[in-house]
Amino acid sequence: MSLFSRAALGLGLLFLYAPIAALVVYSFNASALVTVWGGFSLKWYGILFQDGPLLAAALISLRVALASALIATLLGTLAALALGRSGRFLGRLLFTGLVYAPMVMPEVVTGLSLLLLFVGLGLDRGVGTIVIAHATLATGFVAVVVLARLRVLDQSLEEAAADLGAGPFRVLATVTLPLLAPAIAAGFLLAFTLSLDDLVVASFVSGPGATTLPMRLYSQVRLGVNPEINAASTLIVALVTVIALSASWLMARHQYR
Amino acid sequence: MRLVRLLPLLPYLWLGAFFLLPFIITLKISFSAAATAQPPYLPVLDWSAGPVGWAYFLEALDFANYETLAGDSLYRDAALSSLALAAAATLILVLIGLPIAHAMARAPGRWQPALVALVIVPFWTSFLIRIYAWIAILKPEGLLSGALMQLGLIASPLEIMNTQTAVLIGLTYAYLPFMVLPLYAVLNRLDPRLREAAADLGASPARVFWTVTLPLARPGLAAGALLCFIPMVGEFIIPDLLGGSDTLMLGRVLWSEFFSNRDWPLASAVAILLIVLVVGPVVLFREAEARREEAGK
Repeated sequence: MSLFSRAALGLGLLFLYAPIAALVVYSFNASALVTVWGGFSLKWYGILFQDGPLLAAALISLRVALASALIATLLGTLAALALGRSGRFLGRLLFTGLVYAPMVMPEVVTGLSLLLLFVGLGLDRGVGTIVIAHATLATGFVAVVVLARLRVLDQSLEEAAADLGAGPFRVLATVTLPLLAPAIAAGFLLAFTLSLDDLVVASFVSGPGATTLPMRLYSQVRLGVNPEINAASTLIVALVTVIALSASWLMARHQYR
Repeated sequence: MRLVRLLPLLPYLWLGAFFLLPFIITLKISFSAAATAQPPYLPVLDWSAGPVGWAYFLEALDFANYETLAGDSLYRDAALSSLALAAAATLILVLIGLPIAHAMARAPGRWQPALVALVIVPFWTSFLIRIYAWIAILKPEGLLSGALMQLGLIASPLEIMNTQTAVLIGLTYAYLPFMVLPLYAVLNRLDPRLREAAADLGASPARVFWTVTLPLARPGLAAGALLCFIPMVGEFIIPDLLGGSDTLMLGRVLWSEFFSNRDWPLASAVAILLIVLVVGPVVLFREAEARREEAGK
């Protein structure tokens, strides 16, 4: 590697990680001023665990993330199988668009239009509507992850099973799905973190009593930098890093076998 | 094979109901007038009234929201600055992302999975938290300002926070993985023999990059630019937290029309405008790519 390449990599990673590192470091700061180091302290974590509304919001977020990730995993896996194995079907182009579009659509647009739908249907807004919205957002991401694996999967395995007399359902259940399992698990984890992370769509479709963690954090962040938020952020970053590393491991393990 | 044909049905129905249908409703409501009622807009399409309800609905369609968007300089400025900021950030991302992706693709093979993971992890980490982290860095009494003053590089605190510069920094930071990963995916697959051949024929490393690597990296560059540009045009969190009151962007305008002014029809019209602004470049781009491919054959 040339010196230029090394510098590009080093500076790029520094740019990506320095802000997160600063946030983590200052969550252990004894001083209430976020930019003045007053010695090491865990007091903000103590305050955090006394913060009832924040903990309640975290619990709601975890419930929403679990439910929406399960739905998105089912829908995304089916969508990937459809795109990878169903060949031509009626409205395939529209289907492809519907799977990919939610990933790039500005969140304010998705959030507003889902809210208008829920109001039009007369649905009570709350945890349920956030789950529907997050499942819709994450389906495409799961589909992309599963489809990437499906594309490199040796199709002759499925053909062999079919030649030996297994019906399409049996091939799917005993050959295709087990081979896809790591990608499906990685897709689930991605859907889970996307839900945990979403502020904009949840703000639109939520109702009274359903405040998610990002919504709670946002209302405090707007008031300015606050060490308790740094402590909460540090815990979230730690959790998400563990999830992200598990997902990369799940996907990489299969590539090098 | 019947089962295989049924696979798309469930996601098709779900995405149709919760992604496509909502847009049709948004389009419809963008032609309504705001009202102090529940729901807060008129006319409401009355399905039970049958054709009479349809006729009434069509008659009462209201273009006032689009006239407001076209006439009020607030919305024009917001649209222009959204496009300008997203375009500028995309350009910066290309300039920063290319060397990083290029270096990743040239790194020893056993490092590459780790490097990819290092770029992906921040993308998984909460968006809100990553933008929040920049407030402590960019504010006048913040970390960057403090460090630069300690080094004696600046005499007075930095005035970046709550400016468009802060928004540009935030956009670049948040979307960097979306640019680096598609670029890396393409550069990683490039046949190294092509570069070697060019070098053997006497091309300097810079010339190899400009005449061989870069043209072959086009698809990744295009994918990265789209993945970044589209969501950035409608970005809300970054201009809201870093841009202060000076930065007008459409995502933020839509948010405040909805949450502060409670004008649902106008917010819907802004949403439609956003879709048109975003879909326009995408369609043009796909056309251009299709023509280029055609010409290449």
